Amino acid sequence: MTQNDDNLIDQPEVLKPRMVTIEISGKQYTVPEGITVIKAMWYAGQEVVRGVGCLGGFCGACATYYRTKDDPKVKTCLACQTAVQDGMSFTMMPPFPARKAIYDIRTLQDPKQDLFNLYPEAPLCRNCNACTEACPQKIDVREGVWKAVFGDFQSVSDMFMDCVMCGMCTPVCIADIAPNLVALYVSRAQGAHFTEKPAGLETRIKEIKEGRFDDEWNRILSMNGQELTELCAKVK
Amino acid sequence: MNIHALQQIVHQTRDARRKQTFPRLSPGDRDQLIHKYHPDYRASAYRPLRFGPNEGEKTVVELATLLEGDSPIDHRIDLIPHHQADVLVIGGGGAGCAAALHAQEAGAKVILATKLRLGDSNSVMAQGGMQVSVAPEDSPVTHFLDTLKGGHMENDHHLLKVMVEEGPSIAKWLIDLGVLFDRQADGNLHVKKGGGSSKPRLLTCSDYTGLEIMRVLKDEVINRKIQLLEFCAAVELLGDGDGTCTGAVLKDLDNQQYVVVAAKSVIVATGGIGRLHIQGFPTSNHYGATGDGLCLCYRIGAKLSHIDTFQYHPSGAVYPEQLVGALVTEGIRSEGGHLVNAKGERFVNELDTRDVVSSSIIRECEEGRGIRTMSGRVGVWLDTPLLDMEHGPGTVEKHFPAMVRQFERFGIDISKEPVLIYPTLHYQNGGVKIDTNSETEVNNLFVAGEASGGLHGRNRLMGNSLLDLMVFGKRAGLTAAARAGSMKQGKLTLKHLERFRAEAKKHGDLSGVVSPMILPAYTRKVG
Ligand SMILES: Cc1cc2nc3c(=O)[nH]c(=O)nc-3n(C[C@H](O)[C@H](O)[C@H](O)COP(=O)(O)OP(=O)(O)OC[C@H]3O[C@@H](n4cnc5c(N)ncnc54)[C@H](O)[C@@H]3O)c2cc1C
Ligand code: SF4
Ligand code: SF4
Ligand code: FES
Repeated sequence: MTQNDDNLIDQPEVLKPRMVTIEISGKQYTVPEGITVIKAMWYAGQEVVRGVGCLGGFCGACATYYRTKDDPKVKTCLACQTAVQDGMSFTMMPPFPARKAIYDIRTLQDPKQDLFNLYPEAPLCRNCNACTEACPQKIDVREGVWKAVFGDFQSVSDMFMDCVMCGMCTPVCIADIAPNLVALYVSRAQGAHFTEKPAGLETRIKEIKEGRFDDEWNRILSMNGQELTELCAKVK
Repeated sequence: MNIHALQQIVHQTRDARRKQTFPRLSPGDRDQLIHKYHPDYRASAYRPLRFGPNEGEKTVVELATLLEGDSPIDHRIDLIPHHQADVLVIGGGGAGCAAALHAQEAGAKVILATKLRLGDSNSVMAQGGMQVSVAPEDSPVTHFLDTLKGGHMENDHHLLKVMVEEGPSIAKWLIDLGVLFDRQADGNLHVKKGGGSSKPRLLTCSDYTGLEIMRVLKDEVINRKIQLLEFCAAVELLGDGDGTCTGAVLKDLDNQQYVVVAAKSVIVATGGIGRLHIQGFPTSNHYGATGDGLCLCYRIGAKLSHIDTFQYHPSGAVYPEQLVGALVTEGIRSEGGHLVNAKGERFVNELDTRDVVSSSIIRECEEGRGIRTMSGRVGVWLDTPLLDMEHGPGTVEKHFPAMVRQFERFGIDISKEPVLIYPTLHYQNGGVKIDTNSETEVNNLFVAGEASGGLHGRNRLMGNSLLDLMVFGKRAGLTAAARAGSMKQGKLTLKHLERFRAEAKKHGDLSGVVSPMILPAYTRKVG
């Protein structure tokens, strides 16, 4: 490979990784600085089955509590998306037995009222804001719970589009609310009941059913390879 | 040099580049480029399979070794079922959830077994969107032709016609379940243009399309009380010894015990192979993408199709090191983001098919026009700040919140700084050969989603996978459920395994490799 050295990014920390000392579930290990929390666990020789999913920051399997050197504050993160630093101490969050309500979203009669039957604890929020502080996706979770209770389902569905269902907002709740599950219900209800059905989609489904494209299909599917290739080349 | 200094060239050349248009390559030039640079054409990475349903056909060494690998199960063990079902679904991604929901709705008793938690999958990461021809100027026929062209004319026509025609009703199903697709002001579905497509056709939920669909489907699986076996990996299928699948053996990853499930039909929805790191590529895939379903189906006699071709997504992150391999959504290019080499030049039409774009990036880097990182990686720039300039400030933030967040965690503001990318192993174009009901050459064995093959030909078009999962998951689920009523549970045997082992023995010593892999071996051997 011919390469011009002018096009080289300086990353001394990668070339000669500085080793840092961290604590995993209370035990000390030395690992290269800057690798992700999950990679640090692998580096430390640990098998990880529970606690890893997508490795891309989307599934919420890797919810982790951590603290940095000399800071009393315990923070939350997604282990696949967070780099380790010297003096860091972390533990993965075990699955939390939050209660999920069971419902058939399609046959709900009054979804805004049903919220109070399905999640009667939702209006009992005591405004402590712990859920918001726990959210690694920076969602204003507390605000979302209130919006749900006040029936502003549209805002809740917008706010929680980033929710990876890591569940870090649930163990901290002093009112035993599972905000992410409340938001999931609300978002689904918003989609299924309070969003206009797209007319164009219905039209297209009808057109297909009524055979509007049948002649075109017949023409195309009877073509030989050469003809089809030529036709494809013309599609712009 | 400092990364910020190197990025200057992207900022300096932006205005000039904006005036440029870059034509798509002609078919001849395209083929030439791909043959020279695409990893699918690196002959030394391939070898023929020595035995089994695809004997003599070539695939990458990493996969060949696993397909010919040995089962962890002793074929003489007693097979007393711990669970019984009409339909056993293996895999809890999009295809598995769709299959389970439809089978359950049709009245079947369903068990869904999955290796990690329900939903921990590739599906949850899909950012770009799902292709459905809903726009008035679009049609299923155009969708068919675009896909065929993208797949190098090798797509199975029957599968493809089914997929494009059932797309709109699948979108309706998802909307009725509460999936919040982006809308236009008039309430119609908003459609975006994807690479290789002639019409805007991508349905999106900002850049969380897969997450939004999976949140809803997972919730629905739980609401319907479908029996779940999480952290249970399928390690062998069961058959009646006569070409019919009758169940599976799972391994409970919490206690290492084997779990035998008897089922009238089995639907394999185990997804892709990224974690095999074919040819040493980093990957965008989830932890469990180890090609397990291919091994299971191959051993019981199902033929595979197009297993010599893989998709290397053009834009995998190269910097920062923590994100290596992670996907930088194609949406950036759909919205007009340029690819720029070290000299500040564009070198390809960014909306050409993935194989063409990836090949051209590899060319730039091999010919010395890439940007290198100290960890030995090389890449080209993707000009993300351009989007805010083209479509107004805040565009990147508004349309790509997931990506903004991903880079922000490492101190990079992608609306101001371009990102460094290189192709990443992304998708298995081929897989187990299926018919239009998603059934394989083994009776009552269905495969749906990324684990199946034929539909996408030699190159999957962006956004067609999510649709594939929903359409063929549904078909597999409905067909399997419909059969259950008039069928008795077949015998549980491992005769196919006995035959497979005999065959392997004939071809010389066994490699000692046990498959399926289940999870990649990332744990460092300490001491
Ligand atoms: C980062 C990324 C972005 C993408 N973006 C898009 C996009 O925008 N549009 C699009 O159309 N496509 C996209 N794709 C492709 C698409 O998401 C996948 O092809 C698709 O989700 C695969 O779905 P699946 O259900 O077949 O497999 P998966 O969703 O991967 O699910 C497979 C499931 O099977 C489980 N499993 C595996 N082995 C076993 C076993 N032995 N036993 C039990 N369970 C097992 C896994 O744990 C997992 O739960 C993207 C892919 C990735 C990785
Ligand atoms: S809202 Fe709760 S579950 Fe969702 S991302 Fe934030 S902490 Fe996790
Ligand atoms: S943690 Fe519970 S009580 Fe506190 S603000 Fe959040 S929802 Fe309300
Ligand atoms: S493993 Fe999925 S978010 Fe970290």
